[in-house]
Amino acid sequence: MSQLNFNESLIFTKLKMDSKEEIIRHMAENMVEKKLVKKGYTEAVIEREKEFATGLPTGSLSVAIPHTDVKHVNKKSISIATLREPVLFGVMGDDDTTPVKLIFMLAMDEEHSQLSLLQKLMAIFQDDELLSTIHQEDNKTTIKNIIETKLDLTMQEGELNV
Amino acid sequence: MSKQKQVLVACGAGIATSTVVNNAIEEMAKENNLKLDLKQIKIAEVGGYEDSADLLVTTAMTKKEYRFPVINARSFLTGIGVEETKKQILDELIK
Repeated sequence: MSQLNFNESLIFTKLKMDSKEEIIRHMAENMVEKKLVKKGYTEAVIEREKEFATGLPTGSLSVAIPHTDVKHVNKKSISIATLREPVLFGVMGDDDTTPVKLIFMLAMDEEHSQLSLLQKLMAIFQDDELLSTIHQEDNKTTIKNIIETKLDLTMQEGELNV
Repeated sequence: MSKQKQVLVACGAGIATSTVVNNAIEEMAKENNLKLDLKQIKIAEVGGYEDSADLLVTTAMTKKEYRFPVINARSFLTGIGVEETKKQILDELIK
Protein backbone atom coordinates (compact mmCIF):
# COMPACT_ATOMS: atom_id res chain seq x y z
CA MET A 1 0.00 0.00 0.00
CA SER A 2 1.34 3.40 -0.88
CA GLN A 3 2.05 5.94 1.80
CA LEU A 4 -0.62 8.50 2.61
CA ASN A 5 0.59 12.07 2.29
CA PHE A 6 -0.72 14.18 5.12
CA ASN A 7 0.95 16.93 7.13
CA GLU A 8 0.52 20.50 8.37
CA SER A 9 0.98 21.94 4.88
CA LEU A 10 -2.24 20.16 3.85
CA ILE A 11 -4.23 21.58 6.75
CA PHE A 12 -6.08 24.91 6.66
CA THR A 13 -7.69 26.32 9.76
CA LYS A 14 -10.50 28.84 10.11
CA LEU A 15 -10.75 29.55 6.39
CA LYS A 16 -13.08 32.35 5.48
CA MET A 17 -14.55 31.65 2.07
CA ASP A 18 -17.85 32.31 0.38
CA SER A 19 -18.48 29.28 -1.77
CA LYS A 20 -17.68 25.61 -2.06
CA GLU A 21 -15.93 26.22 -5.40
CA GLU A 22 -13.62 28.73 -3.73
CA ILE A 23 -12.75 26.30 -0.94
CA ILE A 24 -12.22 23.36 -3.28
CA ARG A 25 -10.01 25.49 -5.52
CA HIS A 26 -7.95 26.73 -2.58
CA MET A 27 -7.35 23.24 -1.21
CA ALA A 28 -6.88 21.52 -4.55
CA GLU A 29 -4.44 24.09 -5.96
CA ASN A 30 -2.27 23.59 -2.89
CA MET A 31 -2.15 19.88 -3.69
CA VAL A 32 -1.37 20.64 -7.34
CA GLU A 33 1.56 22.85 -6.26
CA LYS A 34 2.91 19.99 -4.16
CA LYS A 35 2.54 17.68 -7.16
CA LEU A 36 0.38 15.33 -5.11
CA VAL A 37 -2.28 15.64 -7.79
CA LYS A 38 -2.27 16.53 -11.48
CA LYS A 39 -3.25 19.93 -12.87
CA GLY A 40 -6.68 18.71 -13.91
CA TYR A 41 -7.55 17.60 -10.38
CA THR A 42 -8.99 20.97 -9.29
CA GLU A 43 -11.53 21.29 -12.10
CA ALA A 44 -12.35 17.59 -11.91
CA VAL A 45 -13.22 17.87 -8.21
CA ILE A 46 -15.31 21.01 -8.79
CA GLU A 47 -17.19 19.35 -11.64
CA ARG A 48 -17.72 16.17 -9.70
CA GLU A 49 -19.02 18.08 -6.71
CA LYS A 50 -21.65 19.72 -8.94
CA GLU A 51 -22.82 16.38 -10.25
CA PHE A 52 -22.32 14.23 -7.17
CA ALA A 53 -22.38 16.30 -4.02
CA THR A 54 -20.32 15.11 -1.05
CA GLY A 55 -21.82 16.99 1.90
CA LEU A 56 -22.51 14.72 4.87
CA PRO A 57 -24.79 15.91 7.66
CA THR A 58 -23.46 14.28 10.82
CA GLY A 59 -24.76 14.30 14.37
CA SER A 60 -23.25 17.75 14.89
CA LEU A 61 -21.47 19.80 12.23
CA SER A 62 -21.61 18.79 8.60
CA VAL A 63 -18.54 17.62 6.72
CA ALA A 64 -17.80 17.32 3.00
CA ILE A 65 -15.45 14.89 1.27
CA PRO A 66 -14.73 16.32 -2.20
CA HIS A 67 -12.81 13.88 -4.40
CA THR A 68 -12.53 12.64 -7.97
CA ASP A 69 -11.21 9.85 -10.16
CA VAL A 70 -7.88 8.21 -9.39
CA LYS A 71 -6.49 9.27 -12.79
CA HIS A 72 -6.06 12.83 -11.52
CA VAL A 73 -3.97 11.76 -8.54
CA ASN A 74 -0.19 11.34 -8.29
CA LYS A 75 0.13 10.45 -4.63
CA LYS A 76 -2.48 9.35 -2.18
CA SER A 77 -3.18 12.30 0.09
CA ILE A 78 -5.71 14.02 2.32
CA SER A 79 -6.17 17.74 2.85
CA ILE A 80 -8.27 19.14 5.66
CA ALA A 81 -9.86 22.56 6.14
CA THR A 82 -11.92 24.02 8.95
CA LEU A 83 -14.21 26.89 8.02
CA ARG A 84 -14.82 29.98 10.10
CA GLU A 85 -18.34 30.30 8.71
CA PRO A 86 -20.25 27.32 7.33
CA VAL A 87 -20.54 27.04 3.53
CA LEU A 88 -23.38 25.24 1.78
CA PHE A 89 -22.59 21.94 0.08
CA GLY A 90 -25.04 19.65 -1.61
CA VAL A 91 -25.97 16.60 0.47
CA MET A 92 -24.65 13.33 -0.92
CA GLY A 93 -27.36 11.51 -2.81
CA ASP A 94 -29.95 14.17 -2.13
CA ASP A 95 -31.44 17.44 -3.39
CA ASP A 96 -30.77 19.19 -0.08
CA THR A 97 -27.85 21.36 0.97
CA THR A 98 -26.08 21.34 4.31
CA PRO A 99 -23.92 23.98 6.05
CA VAL A 100 -20.44 22.44 6.06
CA LYS A 101 -17.75 23.42 8.56
CA LEU A 102 -15.15 20.74 7.95
CA ILE A 103 -13.68 19.62 4.64
CA PHE A 104 -11.76 16.40 4.06
CA MET A 105 -10.46 16.51 0.50
CA LEU A 106 -9.47 13.05 -0.64
CA ALA A 107 -6.94 12.24 -3.34
CA MET A 108 -6.95 8.47 -3.71
CA ASP A 109 -4.58 6.74 -6.09
CA GLU A 110 -6.21 3.31 -6.33
CA GLU A 111 -9.80 2.32 -6.83
CA HIS A 112 -11.48 0.22 -4.16
CA SER A 113 -8.36 -0.41 -2.14
CA GLN A 114 -8.54 2.12 0.65
CA LEU A 115 -11.29 0.49 2.64
CA SER A 116 -9.66 0.60 6.06
CA LEU A 117 -8.55 4.21 5.59
CA LEU A 118 -12.06 5.22 4.54
CA GLN A 119 -13.67 3.34 7.37
CA LYS A 120 -11.45 5.10 9.87
CA LEU A 121 -12.34 8.41 8.26
CA MET A 122 -16.04 7.57 8.55
CA ALA A 123 -15.48 6.74 12.22
CA ILE A 124 -14.21 10.31 12.68
CA PHE A 125 -17.42 11.64 11.05
CA GLN A 126 -19.46 9.62 13.53
CA ASP A 127 -17.67 11.12 16.53
CA ASP A 128 -19.42 14.45 17.24
CA GLU A 129 -17.08 15.45 20.01
CA LEU A 130 -14.01 14.83 17.88
CA LEU A 131 -15.44 16.82 14.97
CA SER A 132 -16.02 19.86 17.14
CA THR A 133 -12.57 19.50 18.72
CA ILE A 134 -10.99 19.54 15.26
CA HIS A 135 -13.16 22.45 14.19
CA GLN A 136 -12.21 24.59 17.19
CA GLU A 137 -8.50 23.79 17.07
CA ASP A 138 -6.13 26.49 15.77
CA ASN A 139 -2.93 24.48 15.93
CA LYS A 140 -2.27 22.52 12.75
CA THR A 141 0.07 20.10 14.43
CA THR A 142 -2.59 19.25 16.99
CA ILE A 143 -5.08 18.57 14.19
CA LYS A 144 -2.47 16.52 12.34
CA ASN A 145 -1.81 14.43 15.43
CA ILE A 146 -5.50 13.83 16.09
CA ILE A 147 -6.13 12.69 12.53
CA GLU A 148 -2.98 10.57 12.37
CA THR A 149 -3.94 8.77 15.54
CA LYS A 150 -7.48 8.18 14.36
CA LEU A 151 -6.36 6.97 10.95
CA ASP A 152 -3.65 4.80 12.46
CA LEU A 153 -1.11 6.35 10.12
CA THR A 154 1.79 5.82 12.46
CA MET A 155 1.07 2.11 12.55
CA GLN A 156 0.78 1.98 8.78
CA GLU A 157 4.29 3.35 8.46
CA GLY A 158 5.57 0.54 10.64
CA GLU A 159 3.93 -2.17 8.56
CA LEU A 160 6.85 -2.88 6.32
CA ASN A 161 5.45 -6.07 4.91
CA VAL A 162 2.32 -4.42 3.50
CA MET B 1 -33.22 -22.18 -4.37
CA SER B 2 -33.80 -18.80 -5.90
CA LYS B 3 -31.04 -17.16 -7.86
CA GLN B 4 -28.52 -14.92 -6.15
CA LYS B 5 -29.71 -11.36 -5.98
CA GLN B 6 -27.58 -8.91 -7.86
CA VAL B 7 -26.87 -5.80 -5.83
CA LEU B 8 -25.22 -2.77 -7.38
CA VAL B 9 -23.21 -0.48 -5.14
CA ALA B 10 -22.44 2.79 -6.83
CA CYS B 11 -20.97 6.19 -6.18
CA GLY B 12 -20.12 9.03 -8.51
CA ALA B 13 -16.47 8.31 -9.15
CA GLY B 14 -16.44 4.78 -7.84
CA ILE B 15 -13.48 5.25 -5.55
CA ALA B 16 -14.37 6.49 -2.15
CA THR B 17 -17.81 6.00 -0.78
CA SER B 18 -18.93 2.86 -2.56
CA THR B 19 -16.01 0.91 -1.07
CA VAL B 20 -17.31 1.50 2.43
CA VAL B 21 -20.88 0.67 1.46
CA ASN B 22 -19.81 -2.42 -0.45
CA ASN B 23 -18.04 -3.77 2.61
CA ALA B 24 -20.97 -3.02 4.91
CA ILE B 25 -23.34 -4.94 2.64
CA GLU B 26 -20.91 -7.83 2.36
CA GLU B 27 -20.83 -8.10 6.15
CA MET B 28 -24.58 -7.82 6.37
CA ALA B 29 -25.03 -10.61 3.84
CA LYS B 30 -22.65 -12.82 5.80
CA GLU B 31 -24.50 -12.18 9.06
CA ASN B 32 -27.75 -13.14 7.43
CA ASN B 33 -26.42 -16.08 5.41
CA LEU B 34 -27.29 -14.44 2.14
CA LYS B 35 -25.34 -15.10 -1.03
CA LEU B 36 -25.19 -11.97 -3.12
CA ASP B 37 -23.84 -11.03 -6.48
CA LEU B 38 -22.37 -7.72 -5.36
CA LYS B 39 -21.13 -5.30 -8.02
CA GLN B 40 -19.22 -2.18 -7.09
CA ILE B 41 -19.60 0.22 -9.99
CA LYS B 42 -19.77 3.85 -10.96
CA ILE B 43 -23.23 5.33 -11.13
CA ALA B 44 -22.74 5.92 -14.87
CA GLU B 45 -22.41 2.15 -15.35
CA VAL B 46 -25.78 1.24 -13.85
CA GLY B 47 -27.34 1.12 -17.30
CA GLY B 48 -25.29 -1.94 -18.17
CA TYR B 49 -26.96 -3.89 -15.37
CA GLU B 50 -30.46 -2.64 -16.03
CA ASP B 51 -31.79 -6.09 -16.91
CA SER B 52 -29.95 -8.12 -14.30
CA ALA B 53 -29.87 -6.06 -11.10
CA ASP B 54 -32.27 -6.55 -8.20
CA LEU B 55 -31.25 -3.55 -6.15
CA LEU B 56 -29.16 -0.40 -6.37
CA VAL B 57 -27.53 0.98 -3.24
CA THR B 58 -25.92 4.32 -3.93
CA THR B 59 -24.45 7.45 -2.42
CA ALA B 60 -25.00 9.34 -5.66
CA MET B 61 -28.23 10.99 -6.58
CA THR B 62 -30.17 9.27 -9.32
CA LYS B 63 -32.87 11.13 -11.15
CA LYS B 64 -33.49 8.13 -13.38
CA GLU B 65 -36.18 5.57 -12.70
CA TYR B 66 -35.08 1.94 -12.68
CA ARG B 67 -37.05 -1.27 -12.63
CA PHE B 68 -35.33 -2.19 -9.37
CA PRO B 69 -35.47 -0.32 -6.06
CA VAL B 70 -32.85 2.32 -5.21
CA ILE B 71 -31.68 2.82 -1.65
CA ASN B 72 -29.62 5.81 -0.48
CA ALA B 73 -26.51 4.65 1.35
CA ARG B 74 -25.34 7.88 2.92
CA SER B 75 -26.10 6.57 6.39
CA PHE B 76 -23.23 4.07 6.08
CA LEU B 77 -20.89 7.05 5.96
CA THR B 78 -22.40 9.19 8.69
CA GLY B 79 -23.80 6.51 10.96
CA ILE B 80 -27.10 8.37 11.16
CA GLY B 81 -29.99 6.06 10.40
CA VAL B 82 -27.71 3.19 9.42
CA GLU B 83 -29.90 0.58 11.11
CA GLU B 84 -32.93 1.70 9.11
CA THR B 85 -30.93 1.60 5.88
CA LYS B 86 -29.68 -1.91 6.66
CA LYS B 87 -33.23 -3.04 7.36
CA GLN B 88 -34.41 -1.49 4.09
CA ILE B 89 -31.70 -3.36 2.19
CA LEU B 90 -32.35 -6.59 3.99
CA ASP B 91 -36.07 -6.35 3.32
CA GLU B 92 -35.34 -6.08 -0.39
CA LEU B 93 -32.89 -8.97 -0.33
CA ILE B 94 -35.16 -11.47 1.37
CA LYS B 95 -38.19 -10.59 -0.74
